[in-house]
Amino acid sequence: MNQNTDGRRPLLKAMGLTKYFGDRVGCRNITFDLWPGEVLGIVGESGSGKTTLLNLLSGQLVETKGTVKYSLAGKDLVDLNQLPAPQKRYLMRTEWGLVRQNPKEGLRMQVSAGANVGERLMALGIRHYGTIRSEVVKWFERVEIDVARIDDLPETFSGGMLQRLQIARNLVTQPRLVLMDEPTGGLDVSIQASLLDLLRRLVSELNLSLIIVTHDLAVARLLAHRLLVMRQGEVVESGLTDQVLDDPHHPYTQLLVSSVLHS
Amino acid sequence: MKRSMQILNNVEGPNKSRLFEYNFAYLDEGTKRMIRRVILKAIATPGHQVPFGSREMPLPLGWGTGGIQITASLIGPEDVLKVIDQGSDDTTNAISIKKFFKKVTGVRITERTSMATLIQTRHRIPETPLREGQIIIYQVPIPEPLRFLEPRETETRKMHALADYGLMYIKLYEDISIHGRIATAFMYPVLVHYRYIASPSPIPRFDNPKMDHMPALQLFGAGREKRIYAIPPYTSVKSLDFEDYPFEVETWDQKCALCGSKESYLDEVIIDDQGGRLFICSDTDYCQQRRWAGQKEGLPNQISVTTRAGEKGDQVL
Repeated sequence: MNQNTDGRRPLLKAMGLTKYFGDRVGCRNITFDLWPGEVLGIVGESGSGKTTLLNLLSGQLVETKGTVKYSLAGKDLVDLNQLPAPQKRYLMRTEWGLVRQNPKEGLRMQVSAGANVGERLMALGIRHYGTIRSEVVKWFERVEIDVARIDDLPETFSGGMLQRLQIARNLVTQPRLVLMDEPTGGLDVSIQASLLDLLRRLVSELNLSLIIVTHDLAVARLLAHRLLVMRQGEVVESGLTDQVLDDPHHPYTQLLVSSVLHS
Repeated sequence: MKRSMQILNNVEGPNKSRLFEYNFAYLDEGTKRMIRRVILKAIATPGHQVPFGSREMPLPLGWGTGGIQITASLIGPEDVLKVIDQGSDDTTNAISIKKFFKKVTGVRITERTSMATLIQTRHRIPETPLREGQIIIYQVPIPEPLRFLEPRETETRKMHALADYGLMYIKLYEDISIHGRIATAFMYPVLVHYRYIASPSPIPRFDNPKMDHMPALQLFGAGREKRIYAIPPYTSVKSLDFEDYPFEVETWDQKCALCGSKESYLDEVIIDDQGGRLFICSDTDYCQQRRWAGQKEGLPNQISVTTRAGEKGDQVL
């Protein structure tokens, strides 16, 4: 694990992140650092605030309290909420990626698969069709989608292909940080396995930092270096993945680990 | 109340009945003022869509109510109005709008592009180059060029505000992937004054180059969508393209069967049930002028067909 390749600065720093929906708690007082090249897993049952946290980090929700700081390339940590809107938007589309559980929310279903992957390149101002096209082809090969399907609508793709397409769409600009919300949810086991394989390869090839939200401890064990265990909006336990899963301290984590079905 | 009745009773002659008719150009003065202010704002921010309080008009939505409201708020008794629909002066939409303005303003109506001060148009820009002092008013069905790609208005506004236009290129990308070239034939998006992407309304892309640095003022009205935008005279208007697939206009291997023009936008017209067809200018005035000029020089018409109404420049309605 190359956690310290980018100096002594974390890539992302969440401090006291809190979100209330009216009286209800979305998540409360979440603090963590994410280091370059690190994969952080967030686990917990449904309704524990995992997705709320991810939405806060990706700027889709505005926090009630707390800050998120991000280390811009070659610069000090900046408060994401202090960043001007155009810069923030640019950041989200170049250095960040967001892979959603339902690929239909993360893709443009009415335009071709190739255009979905090419969109970020065009947003970066690339105005040469040949360049865009060849980059898209490269990414189709990389995520193992048949290049012959490049001009088909995503509507005609299977669930696993859609998820691969969504990953390609996010990684085409070589982001530094990718947020994933249950990327393997709703896929059958063999497809899950090959997708996880792909993710693991891409993470090490591209030296990505990844925050992955999942309720599936097997996924967490396979991908994550470090884990946050969430319950009722709070982090109840955190640490290295193996440590948390093999020697859970908090009663809730113990329950979570013991509820995994062994085949 | 009593006093105003007295005034009414004192009016004599032809003006008496006029008092009981519509206000000049149908809209009330307050509405005209509102629309003029929106137009000024639109001119100050070329290509930016400015919302306005679109009124109910006595023509249905989709018949050019946005354009009609702009025309109505700008027109004065001295103006000369030309209305075209698909380049033609004598199709239903053009005739209806001309009749409307004849009735509510009494201004002169013309078919000749060069004589008009206001030109309201649907789907074409006249072939005769426009000059300073003229205003061309486009009827716009969907003012938002990003609409088909991004249905959320909140999102498209943000994209315009941040000049975040990568999405617009998706359409062009798809065209090339599927057809091998940019196949968008009308409503071809343009970048106005290096800032806002705007829809040129459903004109053929053949007309896009005419918008660039046009000496006339260009106004765009969308009645249903309640938006007005503008391109001031001599403003840069660039059609979007890729470096390796540059913007091109349509060309024909035919020339106009009536006037012989090789430069104008041609319509294909079926003339019998044997598969016979003709290519003729879509701009009826341009075609007519060329044929008259040809006759003066003693040249015969290309074909002795007189399909077009109106042997005079001014139309009598």
